[in-house]
Amino acid sequence: MGALILCLWLVPVLAISLILLIGRPRFAEYLNLAAASATLVASLALILTAPHRKIVLADHFLLLTPLGLWIVLCVAIVYALASLYAIGYMRLLTDEARRLPGFYALLCGFALTMFIAPFMNNPGIYWIAIDLTTIVSAFLVGFEREAESAEAAWKYIIIVSAGLSLALLGIVFFYWAGTLQLGPVYSMTWGHLRSIAALSPKPLLLLAFLLTLVGFGTKVGLAPMHTWLPDAHSEGPAPVSAMLSGALLNTAMLGIVRFLGILKAGGAALEGQTALVVLGALSLVIAGLFIVRQTGAKRLMAYSSVEHMGIVALGFGFGGILGIAGAMYHMLNHALNKSLMFFGAGNMMRAYRSKDMRMMRRVLKFYPVTGIIWLLGAVAITGAPPFGLFQSEIAILRAGMASPNIWAVAVMVLLLIVIFIGFLQHFRQMVFGAGPVNDHRPDMRLSPWMTVPMWLTLIPLTVLGLWWPPFLWHFFVQAAQVTR
Amino acid sequence: MFILHINPLATSLFSMLAIISLILSFVMLGSHWLKNHIYAFALESWTIAGLSAAVGYFGHYPELYVIAILTALFRGSLLPYLILRLADRLHLEREFTAFLKPSSSLVLGTILVIIAFVVGRRIGHSLHTADTIIVLALTCMLSLKLIGFLMMILRSEAISHILGLLVIENGIFLGSQILVPGMPLLLELVILFDLLIIVLTFGMLMRYLQLHAGTTSSRYLQKLVG
Repeated sequence: MGALILCLWLVPVLAISLILLIGRPRFAEYLNLAAASATLVASLALILTAPHRKIVLADHFLLLTPLGLWIVLCVAIVYALASLYAIGYMRLLTDEARRLPGFYALLCGFALTMFIAPFMNNPGIYWIAIDLTTIVSAFLVGFEREAESAEAAWKYIIIVSAGLSLALLGIVFFYWAGTLQLGPVYSMTWGHLRSIAALSPKPLLLLAFLLTLVGFGTKVGLAPMHTWLPDAHSEGPAPVSAMLSGALLNTAMLGIVRFLGILKAGGAALEGQTALVVLGALSLVIAGLFIVRQTGAKRLMAYSSVEHMGIVALGFGFGGILGIAGAMYHMLNHALNKSLMFFGAGNMMRAYRSKDMRMMRRVLKFYPVTGIIWLLGAVAITGAPPFGLFQSEIAILRAGMASPNIWAVAVMVLLLIVIFIGFLQHFRQMVFGAGPVNDHRPDMRLSPWMTVPMWLTLIPLTVLGLWWPPFLWHFFVQAAQVTR
Repeated sequence: MFILHINPLATSLFSMLAIISLILSFVMLGSHWLKNHIYAFALESWTIAGLSAAVGYFGHYPELYVIAILTALFRGSLLPYLILRLADRLHLEREFTAFLKPSSSLVLGTILVIIAFVVGRRIGHSLHTADTIIVLALTCMLSLKLIGFLMMILRSEAISHILGLLVIENGIFLGSQILVPGMPLLLELVILFDLLIIVLTFGMLMRYLQLHAGTTSSRYLQKLVG
């Protein structure tokens, strides 16, 4: 197991050094793809071989939990898909050709930081790893060096850093609560914080949890701290948007779930879960409002990410085996589906030379195959059957019925319907609406690099929707027992 | 908690240093000249370094001397120098686009200190301790945090945002020296280092902003809405 984790970290490090050393764009893109495939294999092997319980390795430095491994797998999948897609997409940015090795080195580094964070047994180091993801990805967001991307990158880093500073304060408070029993110096680990929680004063624990919830919630993109998300997701290159949405948000969610576990051990489960449910429901409301009146294709997908992170938050907030299993399944389905949507949006953006959905008309006429996949992806992302998100959303709804926060189920159902209508209305206009404005016809041919990754997401998404594999269910049950 | 068992002279010294830091944050809040800001921030960092050393001396935590030296070097000297250089390069002298007058900002800051005090007292109460230094440390910590956020909200110059963030981080550092002086050394070192990287990143992004967006004031960064 240790060897596999090491492989997961060393492969990207090696790839980054080689990419920077050789500095040739073609070489960089293939090497990055190779690194992504290798990490995908390593993370799959890790999740298959690791026993499904809590394991502490390397002198209490590393922590393996089923949820952590699951998130690493999600990151690896999105990283592999994004690397594949990036080859086709980034070749279109002819102005940036010289800077491509830098881009791939950053992309690889971004994945590396996300492979590190879930394994950290020390909440402080986990916080630092999350902070590093922000720094690396800010440069990726600002890669295209236009006014908008510079603005988005700036907004991203300033809002997220401010949010994360709240999380740091929360971590200090958790540690302080521990010193009341364990003495002034003890090693800060998730396990220690959990073991002292039962005897700690409840107001202190609650304050600490709320600070970490708001802090990591900023990074997850929960409303009302989501304001950086639509900008960063829409202004970065499409592969980066997919990584931000499908991989990064889950990695930060892990922190919230772990701190919620500490709070549960401290006997304040209900307050913590309710706080998470309120933020989740609020995210759905905000996302619903902005989805209905959206004009930018990638901004639409970004608000959809706010929505889905809200749903994942609701899943963990409702709790219980069904809630946690649903949330974990939703993480994977969302990672796949959102990658598909961003790849499609990136393709259309390049083809129509505009980010505005009002310019993208008669998509099916010009791009019959890509258009159909994108349209199916849109149906899937709104939670319609027979795709994976339908299964996970139903599981979360069922968990909500059994939870004390039953009001949130009503909010969730209502807003899912609003979002379904609002989201598909945009697609209806793009597919069946009036012809192109000013005869704005796309003439670009999409390379297989840009369409194959879309197939690679749609097929598993459909399979996961038709069949929730029993081994995954068992895995989720075990994860829920560890997390609780 | 060690703080309960040390002599009153030491606690009053800690209190004084904490209060000086709080007052310095008001200096920042009340001035629109960026240079004053940066100097006040540097002074605040040196005060916190002094606090680290004092806690290390009275509480017998020798590793806090290392933290004190690093705080003085990094936060007290290197970061202010980097930010000064950035301000010079971008020809920024003062914040022109603040939303409120300095006097109104000061009043708002006072209200935030009261809120911080109420929260601090509540937490102190739940610990069943009559010790005032804990309440004071919590008050200063949360006040600096809130004042930092207030500075970020009221001002629109990118440099002011960085300074607001640094005040927030100073608040966390100040509080953690008194409340959890035994917090793992490695962690504090890494956080110091992390801060340096963040400021360097900010510097680079600010130059992008100046170059590609033509402004560093968030008031004119209005392209991305909705």
